[in-house]
Amino acid sequence: MRRIQFMKIALNLLLVAALPMAAGAQQMEAHIGNVTGHAEAGKALYYRYCWGCHGARGNGDGENAPYLNILPRNFVAGTFKCRSTPTGTLPLDQDLYNSVERGFNFTNMPSWNALTVEERANLVAFIKTFSPRWKTEKAGDPIQIPAEPALTVGSIQHGKELFQKLECWKCHGNEGRGDGPSASTLTDNNDQPIRPYNFTSDNRSKCGTTNKDLYKIFMTGLDGTPMPSFADVIKPEDAWDLVHYLRTLQYNDKSPELTLWLSTKEGAAIVNAQKVANTNTGSGVNP
Amino acid sequence: MDARGSGVSGVVPRPVRSLLYFVVVLGIFLFSCTEASAFPAFARKYGLPCSSCHEAWPKLSPFGQQFKDNGYQLGNDRDAPIFQQAAYWPVAFRTTPNWHLETANHVPVDGGANGVVADVKTSGFDYTGLDILTGGTLAKNVSFLFVPSSDELGAFHIESVNVRFDNILSSTWFNLKVGKFELDNLLSEKRILTLSSNGGFYQNYHFQPMYKPGTPETYVFGIGDNQLGVEWMGHSKNDRTRLSVAMLQPSDGNPDFVTGAGAGGFTGPGSAAGRTYDVFAAGSQAFEVKGLGLQRVGAFAYFGHSPTFPRFTSGGVDVPGTGIGNEPYYRVGLIGMWYVKKFDFTTMYFYGHDNAFLAASTPSNQTLPAGTRAPTWNGGLIETHYTYNPQLIFVNRYELIRMSQQAFVGDPLTGEVANPGNAGDIDALTFGIRYYPFINSRAGFAFHNEYSIVWQRNSQISPVTNGTIGLTSSSLLFGFDFAF
Repeated sequence: MRRIQFMKIALNLLLVAALPMAAGAQQMEAHIGNVTGHAEAGKALYYRYCWGCHGARGNGDGENAPYLNILPRNFVAGTFKCRSTPTGTLPLDQDLYNSVERGFNFTNMPSWNALTVEERANLVAFIKTFSPRWKTEKAGDPIQIPAEPALTVGSIQHGKELFQKLECWKCHGNEGRGDGPSASTLTDNNDQPIRPYNFTSDNRSKCGTTNKDLYKIFMTGLDGTPMPSFADVIKPEDAWDLVHYLRTLQYNDKSPELTLWLSTKEGAAIVNAQKVANTNTGSGVNP
Repeated sequence: MDARGSGVSGVVPRPVRSLLYFVVVLGIFLFSCTEASAFPAFARKYGLPCSSCHEAWPKLSPFGQQFKDNGYQLGNDRDAPIFQQAAYWPVAFRTTPNWHLETANHVPVDGGANGVVADVKTSGFDYTGLDILTGGTLAKNVSFLFVPSSDELGAFHIESVNVRFDNILSSTWFNLKVGKFELDNLLSEKRILTLSSNGGFYQNYHFQPMYKPGTPETYVFGIGDNQLGVEWMGHSKNDRTRLSVAMLQPSDGNPDFVTGAGAGGFTGPGSAAGRTYDVFAAGSQAFEVKGLGLQRVGAFAYFGHSPTFPRFTSGGVDVPGTGIGNEPYYRVGLIGMWYVKKFDFTTMYFYGHDNAFLAASTPSNQTLPAGTRAPTWNGGLIETHYTYNPQLIFVNRYELIRMSQQAFVGDPLTGEVANPGNAGDIDALTFGIRYYPFINSRAGFAFHNEYSIVWQRNSQISPVTNGTIGLTSSSLLFGFDFAF
């Protein structure tokens, strides 16, 4: 009897030792350039860096989630804002990688560029294990982005007209401050209040800083938010005009678009009217 | 039925049983791991677990190093305190109640003519001092650190006090720090993973050669000590490249223009800080190795001066800040931080040089004692870690210091013999295990286990034989290291 009991204890120890191996049997991969990320390797990184906000099961209910005013991504839902793929489709591995590398401005999600390329790829592979969508669907085909046309005053003015015509102002406000008449009513897919992007606050929108990133945002939409895709509404050349105009709303960023716009009487009047005299709060964000 | 008879004790030999219980306990430690924690004030501010910034606190991860280099900012435009709840207060405390055993051999006891040397052993419950860690941002790109620190009797000193202007002109290459701060040591002594009397510091960071066995230098300097001054630091956006240069008060971090040596009057080089500035420079480059992780190599150098005599008042007391007769010393080194997945090791080469006047504690306007030379030495360190997961880390460190030139080579006129060639040489070995039972973004707790032993060769004169003898000391420490 005693021998059997000893064997039971030994067996239990073996089972305990085997647990992490069974739980870690993740086969998902992510491909970033010539680097292949492995979910198994990403698991340890996730439970070091990410679980506090995104939760142990990836559903965005980490112990810090209740204290965040912008909730962490729910990976189980498989819905992602920043994509280069059409609305409703899964993002490319590169899209997820870019999000991990860049972080999300004005949220608690920092840039993880201190990690190695391989570590970030491993994290992407592991994040994909949370949602069943990755088991049954493939990532969408990336949208085609035509070359950016030359910047002209005309393109900015046309973009300004589109901003009104497409009713961007209803959410983002006439001056792009994110204070349009609909702003206070907006919610995301989880019925959480969500604020439209304030263009005047920074030049870093959530999904990147380049003109191409801006173009992608309104041609793919930010899934899970009220920001729709305009791919079926405007032509690519019109989309570029809109990009040029949106850049002028970021009046704290000396972009070529803003510089050109300020050189015109109309543009200078608009931009100067936007500026508000304020007391510096040290926040780094100008109202 | 005898309770013992119902278990495994009757069939399993005692050694095996002990091993089994150990494995069970270890198993609970290893496999009950759920979550991980750090400088809790930062963790609380950002909601990140300690394991984000620390591989095992207080050791920084590359992400934590980047956070520090960014001026305690994540860079997501939510760093300024205006974004925090008004109740948020960036303060944390750290201390370590413990039980420790200290041993030392060749300790002179029963002084006077009857003096002998003996082995001394002490043990018992104890506690460390207290670190009050306050730090963070005052505004976007303006950060601070203020650390009042006490010894175990409650005597406070200011360990760190500095303000840093970050990302000046929107460049990560332009950051200025002013005040008292830790030098830009990649292997940070303030984040050392070992805590005992013998293992709680890096020998190489504080070593000063003795003039003769039993006669130490009187000026005081440690590259591991926080220093007063101004530091420029720059880094690439992903922190792979790091450079810094600091201009420092030659007082080993002490305020009021005194060095802390020679208290109560001028007793040799040191007490009145000189009117010069020291310079410390460091640089490193990290690179990725596929399948292994982030590797980093770097170099550092400290060029210092210490006065050898001061101006005196009419009462014969030295006037702070008037040290003159400055004589130089320097420390240079190379460092590598190598990762092989969960296993990492840091290697360091160290070279030190002291001016002969400093070694002999002789004012430089006087004649140098015969047989005195500038002491030089080489040092090395290898510190290995196995981070099983954020909750369990194994630590091992070996340090050695070898004198390459002794300060005193003998005086034929007096017949005084030269120092033994290995006088002052040090070997130090440390083992540690730290287990963090829980990890969250509010507090940190570690069960700390450590053994450290230090051998120093021919460092003192035996009161019995008048010959040179060494000193071996060891520490065994079990403690609960916590921060909240």
